[in-house]
Amino acid sequence: MRFSLGKWLLPLYTALALILLLIPIAYTFIFSFNDYFKTNIGWQGFTFHNWTNVCDAQGLCSAFGNSLIIGVTSTLAATALGTALALALARYKFRGRGIVSLLIFIPMATPEVVLGAGLAAQFFTLNVEKGMGTVILAHTLFCLSFVVVTVKARVSSLDPALEEAGRDLYASPAQVFWRITFPLLIPGILSAALLSFALSFDDFIITYFNSGSMQTFPTFIYISASRGVPAEANVIASTVFILTLAVVVTSQVITRARAKALKN
Amino acid sequence: MALAGFANTSSRRTSAPMRRSRVAILLLLPGLAYLGLFFLAPLVSLVITSFEAPNPESFDIGSYVYSFQWQNYVAGVAEYWPIFLRSFVFAIIATVAALIIGYPIAYFIGVFLRGRASLQAFTLILVVAPFFISFLLRTLAWKQILGDDGWLVTTLKSLSIMPADGHITGTAFSVIFGLTYNFIPFMVLPIYASLERLDLRYLEASSDLYARPTTTFLKVTLPLSMPGVVSGTLLTFIPASGDYINASDDFLGGPSTQMVGNQIQANFLKLLDYPMAAVLSVVLMVIIMGVVTFYVRRSGTEDLV
Repeated sequence: MRFSLGKWLLPLYTALALILLLIPIAYTFIFSFNDYFKTNIGWQGFTFHNWTNVCDAQGLCSAFGNSLIIGVTSTLAATALGTALALALARYKFRGRGIVSLLIFIPMATPEVVLGAGLAAQFFTLNVEKGMGTVILAHTLFCLSFVVVTVKARVSSLDPALEEAGRDLYASPAQVFWRITFPLLIPGILSAALLSFALSFDDFIITYFNSGSMQTFPTFIYISASRGVPAEANVIASTVFILTLAVVVTSQVITRARAKALKN
Repeated sequence: MALAGFANTSSRRTSAPMRRSRVAILLLLPGLAYLGLFFLAPLVSLVITSFEAPNPESFDIGSYVYSFQWQNYVAGVAEYWPIFLRSFVFAIIATVAALIIGYPIAYFIGVFLRGRASLQAFTLILVVAPFFISFLLRTLAWKQILGDDGWLVTTLKSLSIMPADGHITGTAFSVIFGLTYNFIPFMVLPIYASLERLDLRYLEASSDLYARPTTTFLKVTLPLSMPGVVSGTLLTFIPASGDYINASDDFLGGPSTQMVGNQIQANFLKLLDYPMAAVLSVVLMVIIMGVVTFYVRRSGTEDLV
């Protein structure tokens, strides 16, 4: 039974809420074509110039490059460390698992500003110079817990019969892991890596505390916000948006097609 | 999305039996060492920093030595309690607003669209789409839209709905609006994950027993989606109370809307008053951990991880 009231009210409400959610995206996209002078506020005319000369905005492309390097490096590290933790938590008995779970959960419940200030205080005490290295260390930390949660859900939902079948056929534990468990985990690990890259790429607060003079894409926007963000930044954000959307839609279509193929 | 997995752990299917093995230690060691070095140790250095006093032998700004200066906490709370209060009031209002806006969306996707998988996936993608575009640019877009020269404010003023010297940006309203907007997807995803697993026959049974739709919702649907509501409210409240983008001068806030995050940032990065930044961080962390523990205990969903 569905609410009779909900027949048209609920879809309408959801549509309105979704439009509200999407307004800033449309705004960012539209203003990437703005023929702006000095500040990208108010519509001044349509141009492709920002799209064809993205790197004209000083410091933008190097900041974007830094974001990519940091995103890839910290994703690789967080995915490796996090997958190992997830496997241990989902598959093994050991003393102190409550404490381990708590230690993985608390970073997600800690406000970013506290994580950022804590890491910065530590780097300051140890006299480590802030830069790309410290940002990578920081990003790996906050991505780690999200990787554990994502991969652990996948490990827990694996059908144990598949691994049992492997053992029954005299596969060694290592063979069972690498030929059965690991391939089945790949979708979970990939989505954890994607999430981790997205978190790293868009992070501002923790980055700003630990980046020193090095700029990432978000810190570039923050610093230029007071005098006006160049439209070229909108170009980069729009491109990233379209690419991410394409990846997500493609992966959805593939999963759907696979599920259908399995059914038939 | 993994965030939906936050609410997903309570119903566990039969999984492989757990074993004891040395392999577990090898798997745990690198990750735990990392968490120890880059999570626990920084928290300890924050606590140590919070007890530091200015270095008497140095005239450099930003030079401090440890001296168990517990008065830092007294000074910090005395000076900044109104800002703490404001941060939590803003965060609570934003969380409630996100719940009111987000729950129907989650219900629409999880219950109304049940059985139409492609439409569900499509709507979910729209809900998380804001995550694909920079958080700062999204917030700046609202600043332009709601700004004094923007179309909305000029229209409202020309219709005399708004006084001629009125503003939207720089007010408490715009900061709370920004917080709500930015964290709605965090609210929708876990509630959706709960509602997705809701057995629709319960709703049928309830209406067969002559319960009115409102009764069915309050007595059946809402209690069964509580794990999602708990995760969603925490996922919104925690980042909202520590956020300083929305409240910052260059974004949606103004001098009268500063939140704790702004003060921590200013003390740490501008004033180089590390002990005060550390005091504020420690107090914020303790309050949030208290809220999380209390809230999770009360609602009986301790199995969050």
